[in-house]
Amino acid sequence: MMMRMPRSLVFVVLASALAAGCGRSPVKVVQLGYRGTGEQQVYKEKARAALLARNTAPEAMPKVNVEPGAPTAGATFKNVQVLKELSVPEFARLMAAMTTWVAPQQGCTYCHAATDMARDDLYTKVVARRMLQMTMHINSTWKHHVDSVGVTCYSCHRGNNVPANIWFTNLGPPHPSSAMGNKAGVGAPAASVALSALPNDPFTTFLDHPTEVRVVSKVALRDDGMGPSIQQVEKTYGLMMHITQALGVNCTFCHNSRSFFDWDQSTPQRATAWYGIRMVRDLNVNYLEPLNPHFPANRKGISGDSPKLNCTTCHQGVSKPLNGVSMLQDYPELAGPP
Amino acid sequence: MAEYQNIFTRVQIRGPAYAGVPLPRGNWVRMGKPRFVHWLGRIGDAQVGPIYLGFLGVASLLCGFIAFEIIGLNMLASVNWSPVQLVRQLPWLALEPPPPKYGLHLPPLNEGGWWLMAGFFMTSSVILWWVRVYRRARALGLGTHVAWAFAAAIWLMLVLGFIRPLFMGHFSEAVPFGIFPHLDWTAAFSIRYGNLFYCPFHMLSIAFLYGATLLFAMHGATILAVSRFGGEHEIEQIIDRGTAAERAALFWRWTMGFNATVESIHRWAWWFAVLCPLVGGIGILLSGTVVDNWYLWAVKHHIAPIYPQVYPQVSDPAAAGVSP
Repeated sequence: MMMRMPRSLVFVVLASALAAGCGRSPVKVVQLGYRGTGEQQVYKEKARAALLARNTAPEAMPKVNVEPGAPTAGATFKNVQVLKELSVPEFARLMAAMTTWVAPQQGCTYCHAATDMARDDLYTKVVARRMLQMTMHINSTWKHHVDSVGVTCYSCHRGNNVPANIWFTNLGPPHPSSAMGNKAGVGAPAASVALSALPNDPFTTFLDHPTEVRVVSKVALRDDGMGPSIQQVEKTYGLMMHITQALGVNCTFCHNSRSFFDWDQSTPQRATAWYGIRMVRDLNVNYLEPLNPHFPANRKGISGDSPKLNCTTCHQGVSKPLNGVSMLQDYPELAGPP
Repeated sequence: MAEYQNIFTRVQIRGPAYAGVPLPRGNWVRMGKPRFVHWLGRIGDAQVGPIYLGFLGVASLLCGFIAFEIIGLNMLASVNWSPVQLVRQLPWLALEPPPPKYGLHLPPLNEGGWWLMAGFFMTSSVILWWVRVYRRARALGLGTHVAWAFAAAIWLMLVLGFIRPLFMGHFSEAVPFGIFPHLDWTAAFSIRYGNLFYCPFHMLSIAFLYGATLLFAMHGATILAVSRFGGEHEIEQIIDRGTAAERAALFWRWTMGFNATVESIHRWAWWFAVLCPLVGGIGILLSGTVVDNWYLWAVKHHIAPIYPQVYPQVSDPAAAGVSP
């Protein structure tokens, strides 16, 4: 006797077969906090593997032997303003490394005049000198953020003349009408805020100006005054979206989402990020913006501002840049202070 | 028998088109010659029309159209009048309320003025439609239950867009127009006031929302299940219980020990639906006017549980006086 399959069963089987096709990218959930609090990180394993592969540190240049009492770079070369005390072989090794980090195609003459290496004719040399000082400043002053892992030119440059992830002040889309259609800085699928419709230039607000990031009230009942407006909240929200995207993490990497403001329930990473925001602001205000007169027009933004950095410049999608490998250990001369 | 087990109505009643009871004096006329549409008959009544639009209906549609145009044209202007970009970016596009600096003063057109106008016309449209719903119910000799349920929704809309901003002294506190922008506003609002999940009125609102859907499912399923015994004649069965009503009642008494009556189930459902926006609106109205952080409020009143620490103690660098 033939068994007749109920129609509903056929439907269930077909539906499961269809749904099975949706699970092509397995998602891995890692619990970080107390159970039931939703403090977990969500990774797409395939994409994650590719991302980690993209963020590997290059091999260090072979160490050079330095005889005691070897001449210093400052005494040997003309116009050496930073790393003067470095021995000539170490100085040459760092210059060679910097070339592979920043100008592997162009070589020495990307920064140095071919006729006389000591001249400051090219703007790139002036910028590179200041960036060396910045690197040493980061490694010596911002240990709360970079720890002893530190940074080198490669942390951001990755073989590019200009780091791939920089930003300029966003003046909004060119807009001929002043009568209507004001975007008010929101309402665009902006990559800066992870394609949300949030205010799309959190960088100028927070990473170039000392704007208060905190928006959540610290008191249960309103005392007096309105406190931060919804617009301020949305700006902070935009900055947070940038950070999650830059680090490839969820909100709960730093916060317990039941109470975003509460430090007692936050992860240690939140303090690291707190220093990171101040560090980036310091670097933009004290290093990148002052270099403005040296940058040629094609390196500047629409409003003539300097190229600036944000979290993505160094992190590039992972919470520990270059997967936490310390290149600084191979180039201790960059540990600073400048 | 199988007819009643399908979600689609498999039986269509076709008689002479019914124009409705005579209208009272002073009313407009009903418009449109009634006709029958088979496919509408599959999901509801096959007869379409006539429709009574009246002065209120026309005024409401006009106001609604003006609001729609103000929002749509502003969005179109924001993408430099490109219809393609309007479609591509539509979910992101926004008509934002005025910035905080204008308080409750009239802002320039392009800095929230359009938003204020769109809000005015949208509110007018909705309120005119409410009056129309009320008046049409009265004209038919009905109770005004639909109008008051609609009013509950209007209450929430007005709290969000008008009443709370008035209390706060800033139109900037209101919700923007736009698909993602209004959702971003919602998330930002919850973050600003310390997590709305700890607001008891939000809790109640969710309970009524889910409760309403549960009741709707239970009631719909019960009536469909007993329709083979004439259960769809619910109104008659309120006062003249037949075997359908008895079986439905018995079913729920067997499964959960208690049953609503054919009449009271509708009161349950009506109140659940009405209370959802009603209490939700109270929660919104209290946020920022009275309560500034619902999480801290919940801690204060021992509602929020405290979980064990799993991380090393983290302290606020700013509070520690660190200024690198």
